[in-house]
Amino acid sequence: MAKMGVIGDKDSVMLYKAVGLDVFYETDGDKANRRLHRLAREGYAVVFVTEQLYAACSDTVKEYANEAYPAIVPIPDSHGSQGAGMQALKENVEKAVGVDILFNN
Amino acid sequence: MAAIQAKPTRMELSNLKKRKAVAVRGHKMMKDKRDELVRQFIMYAKKNKELREEVERKLTQAGKSFVVARASMSAAEIEEALLYPARAASVETSSHTVLSIPVPKLTLETEEGFTYPYGYATTGAELDDAVQQLAEILPQMLELAEVEKTCCRLADEIEKTRRRVNALEYVMIPQFTETIREIQMKLDENDRQSTTRLMKTKDMLAKQREQ
Repeated sequence: MAKMGVIGDKDSVMLYKAVGLDVFYETDGDKANRRLHRLAREGYAVVFVTEQLYAACSDTVKEYANEAYPAIVPIPDSHGSQGAGMQALKENVEKAVGVDILFNN
Repeated sequence: MAAIQAKPTRMELSNLKKRKAVAVRGHKMMKDKRDELVRQFIMYAKKNKELREEVERKLTQAGKSFVVARASMSAAEIEEALLYPARAASVETSSHTVLSIPVPKLTLETEEGFTYPYGYATTGAELDDAVQQLAEILPQMLELAEVEKTCCRLADEIEKTRRRVNALEYVMIPQFTETIREIQMKLDENDRQSTTRLMKTKDMLAKQREQ
C-alpha cells in the first residue's frame, strides 16, 4: 500500500483532497523540488505535479525517471493545459525511435 | 579500423574466431531485442498519448467546475468542505515485466461507493460536480502514471540496446574480422616461407650430390 500525493498551488490542487490524495501546497520551484525529494523518500508511489512546477522540477524528475517509484506525472493546473506532459512524451519518443512519429501529422 | 593486437599464432586465431562467433550471435539477439522493444514502445506511446489527452481534457473540465464552485462559495466555506477527506485513497503497487524490464503496476485502492466528503448545507452543486468528475478520472490518472513510467523505462532501454547493437556491429565485429584476416595472412606467409626454404635446401643438396 503506497500513498499518492499532489503538489501545486492552492487553487489548482485543493480539490484533490476531496478524493483522498495527500495535497501539498507549493508555489516556489525550489520548495517543490525539496518536497518531491521528501515524498520520494517517504515512499509515495505516484506524485502529481502541476505543469508549472513540473517545469521547475525537471532535474528532480529526470533523477527519478529511471527508478520504479515515484512516478511523477504532470497535470494541468487551474489555467488549463500548457502541453508540458505531451512535451515529455515527445522527448521520450524521440529518444527511443530517433524521430517524432506521434505528433508530426 | 585498428585491429586488436594479437600474436599471429594458431591458438590466437581459433580464440578470435570463437569470440567473433559469440559477437555475431549476440548482435543478432540484441537486434531482435531492439526491434521488439521498439514495437512495444510504440504501442505504449500511442496509449500514453490517448490517455494523456483524455485525462488533460477531463482535468481541465473538473478545474473549470471547481472555479465556478469557488466563485459561488466563500473561500472559507470551500476550505472547510474539503478539509477532511471522506475516503482514503491509496495505491497497490506491484511490478510486472516487459521484456525483462521491470515496470510498475498501479491499482487504486479506495472504498466502494462514492460519497462526498462534506454535508450539503453550505456547499453548492458546482462543487459536487467538480469532486465527482475528479473521482471518476482518478483511476485513469493512475493508469496514465503507469503507462508514462513504462514508456520512460522502455525508451531508456531502447537507447541502451541500440548503443550495444551499434558497438557490436560497427566496432567489435569489424575488429575481429580484421584481426583474423591479418593473422591468417601472417600464418600463410610463414607457410610459404618454410616451403620455399625447403625447396631451396633440396636444390642445394641435389647440387652438392652431383659434384
